[in-house]
Amino acid sequence: MKRFAALVNHLGASTKTNDKLQALQDYFAVAEDADKVWVIAIFSGRRPKRMVNATQLAVWANELTHLPAWLFEECYHTVGDLAETIALVLPETKTAEMTDAHSLSYYLETFGAMQKSPEEEKKNFILQQWAVMDASERFVFNKLITGGFRIGVSQKVMVNALAKFIKLPAATIAHRISGNWDPATTTFEQILSEEHAASDNSKPYPFCLAYALEAEPSSLGDVNDWQAEWKWDGIRGQIIKRNDELFVWSRGEELITDKFPEYAALQEVLPAGVVLDGEILPYDGTMPMPFSVLQTRIGRKLVGKKQLTEAPVAFFAYDLLEYEGQDFRQQPLALRRKKLEEIVETVNHPVLKLSIVLKAGNWNEWTELRRQSREVGSEGLMLKRKNSEYHSGRKVGDWWKWKIDPLTIDAVLIYAQKGHGRRSNLYTDYTFAVKDGDKLVSFAKAYSGLTDKEFAQVDNFVKRNSIEKFGPVRTVKPELVFELAFEGIAASNRHKSGVALRFPRMLRWRQDKKAEDINTIDDLKKMLEVYGK
Amino acid sequence: MPLIEFTDKGFYCRPGDFYIDPWKPVNYAVITHAHSDHARWGSKGYLCHTKSKPMLQLRLGDNPYDTVEWNEPVYRNGVKISLHPAGHMIGSSQVRVEYKGEVWVASGDYKTEDDGISGAFEPVKCNVFITECTFGLPIYHWKPQVEIYKDIQEWIVDNQSNGKISVLIAYSYGKAQRVLTAAAEVAPVIYAHGAIYNAQEMLKNAGWNFPEVIRVTKETTKEELKNSVVIAPPSADGTPWMKRFQPHSTGLCSGWMQVRGNFRRNNVDAGFALSDHADWKGLLSAVKATGAEKVYTTHGFQSAFSRYLNENGIESAEVKTEFGIEEETEKEAPENMEAS
Repeated sequence: MKRFAALVNHLGASTKTNDKLQALQDYFAVAEDADKVWVIAIFSGRRPKRMVNATQLAVWANELTHLPAWLFEECYHTVGDLAETIALVLPETKTAEMTDAHSLSYYLETFGAMQKSPEEEKKNFILQQWAVMDASERFVFNKLITGGFRIGVSQKVMVNALAKFIKLPAATIAHRISGNWDPATTTFEQILSEEHAASDNSKPYPFCLAYALEAEPSSLGDVNDWQAEWKWDGIRGQIIKRNDELFVWSRGEELITDKFPEYAALQEVLPAGVVLDGEILPYDGTMPMPFSVLQTRIGRKLVGKKQLTEAPVAFFAYDLLEYEGQDFRQQPLALRRKKLEEIVETVNHPVLKLSIVLKAGNWNEWTELRRQSREVGSEGLMLKRKNSEYHSGRKVGDWWKWKIDPLTIDAVLIYAQKGHGRRSNLYTDYTFAVKDGDKLVSFAKAYSGLTDKEFAQVDNFVKRNSIEKFGPVRTVKPELVFELAFEGIAASNRHKSGVALRFPRMLRWRQDKKAEDINTIDDLKKMLEVYGK
Repeated sequence: MPLIEFTDKGFYCRPGDFYIDPWKPVNYAVITHAHSDHARWGSKGYLCHTKSKPMLQLRLGDNPYDTVEWNEPVYRNGVKISLHPAGHMIGSSQVRVEYKGEVWVASGDYKTEDDGISGAFEPVKCNVFITECTFGLPIYHWKPQVEIYKDIQEWIVDNQSNGKISVLIAYSYGKAQRVLTAAAEVAPVIYAHGAIYNAQEMLKNAGWNFPEVIRVTKETTKEELKNSVVIAPPSADGTPWMKRFQPHSTGLCSGWMQVRGNFRRNNVDAGFALSDHADWKGLLSAVKATGAEKVYTTHGFQSAFSRYLNENGIESAEVKTEFGIEEETEKEAPENMEAS
């Protein structure tokens, strides 16, 4: 476990991708196979089973520290991470009492095995482990217990390190470790074996991802080399039909077959041995609906009749990754597209749509089409090179997303809260308001878009200009104006303002504007009328 | 009227007609220590510890400075003033004020562990204690200095074996002297940024005997810098000045490094939670040792610390000050900057 804690520290400290890559490679070179399996699982977003929840963990820690609950809260809001807060407030372990008793895999398997154990047993186990660990091991241990593990290393870096270590192409590794496998019952050899991968009917392919197009589209060369489609805002997904079984995966590699019962009908009609890449979109039979419609059902374990009627979905197919049981990804896009069209037309089912290919003779026409994106409910255009293969992950050159400019509005900062992760102990989470007559009405929260330096300046302002404190929230003198950008707007009865924004963030700090210059609630309502349908 | 009032210029003792660490120019200022958020320009007269004077002269220019040793009382209008070691940096002192049998102590910044340089913190009995609480949350507890020094030394040795220059980021006054002491045990020569070099020169002239540092200049060659240790102030981090150190690893020495997120956003390779402030336990032990009936908390987590004291039977209230921004002011201080 010490070795894994050291790895996590190293990865957290390092700012250079090459450093992280080397650290992981070094780890793979010396770690036990069973530990490697867990590292692959954790760094590819496979959460370990949760043995106790974070609140419970905090209660046990407080029994040891005798800190008042409010003080623990205060610490938590300063640190911005519960597992770390607990690790820091626990009584220090004397150097002589520290041991490296168990391996990473032992802990993770024990967490799984003890899931149903009586609470007292869990507690005893955890307290015993805390007693022999230093703060950095406790942090990692707590993180693992509570099941969430994001530490600033991407799956891509882990895959590359593994690829270097076992000398296989990264794309092959990405595919082998995808899909449905349980780190508790899978060996390191199995994960990496071709036969094992082939025996799993549900196994998805790594998604091909696009970078944003910053340059002029004409820099991409001959317009005839490119295929353009609308860029849809739903859930990217894969539909797999193998051996008469149907599987639906999200881009986050979550198996979501049961959440979208609409697609079950495809099990009958899809030909055997196909994998489709596409977008899960709320669709009323004529046009895609806003993402907010989909949001009403994605969090739910069970999808009821109400959701099925109010937020029906279709699958807008982009690409064909497997055809007649064969990996089809190395074929050029033009051919994949042709076969995809044949399949969708033959299937001829209302839940399976083609993401249409847009026709244009030159870049200007596509530029013009892109301007109409919002009218069809899309976010812009996707440009794909016709002769390109289907890559694993993000790769520069063959796929580009060419999004429309976001909607914007000027608003004033009224509440602030301390951030998480590397924003620990800094006021970086803000609530914004627009004018409603001579009052202010809050309508959006945003956490991103400023530079570190700007965040430090705003933090300083918040500390000097807070009016009241409600728990972790400070009300701030309404003075700082920001231009907020967002991707969409929808009516909402959960928000006082009556609107919900899609992905709001700070586009720029308008130091040239005063609070009286901001937009009004009527401006928002007008936007809702124009874009909220 | 309380013996010390909290005014918009700072802590004011009316019967003695003086301020302690005022943030605006006044007639007479008693200075706890030479950091720029506590020692400000423009007052007509100053009282400080003998060892603070050279630093104040460098920072604030030539002014009338009255100096005293620790535990050497002076009187103003019948008010007894004395300074007592605060352990924060060279010359740093708590200010004890006594009038008609009532005793107040203003802590300035302090740490309870003896760093071997600043003088050992002295608990002073008083009726009212004004304490800093920069690290006034129980998430802050420091490892003993010897252990942190060992961490720093191991890091340097590790860098040396990987052919890297170790760049240690530390404030010119206080942290730099500690880091220098630690690094000198494993590195034969130590290079310094102009700001650190100036501080060391000044201390040398004042009779201090720290390990020598060599100033990094345009003439300093790659060969000389190979595997070396360099000490630089926070203002140098991330500037083109750092580019000459290839390859290097950066280590930041600050109590804030205790928390991962803080460490990560500083984009350094290593963080050492080496602080010149008291940690949670240090603050609590200091407060208890004063025996004070009333404790005012300033700069830091003052509201949390104050509430905790109240709940534990020590009457307390928070006071708003303009202390605790030395990081920003140090970056702005022109005499600390080197041209390149």
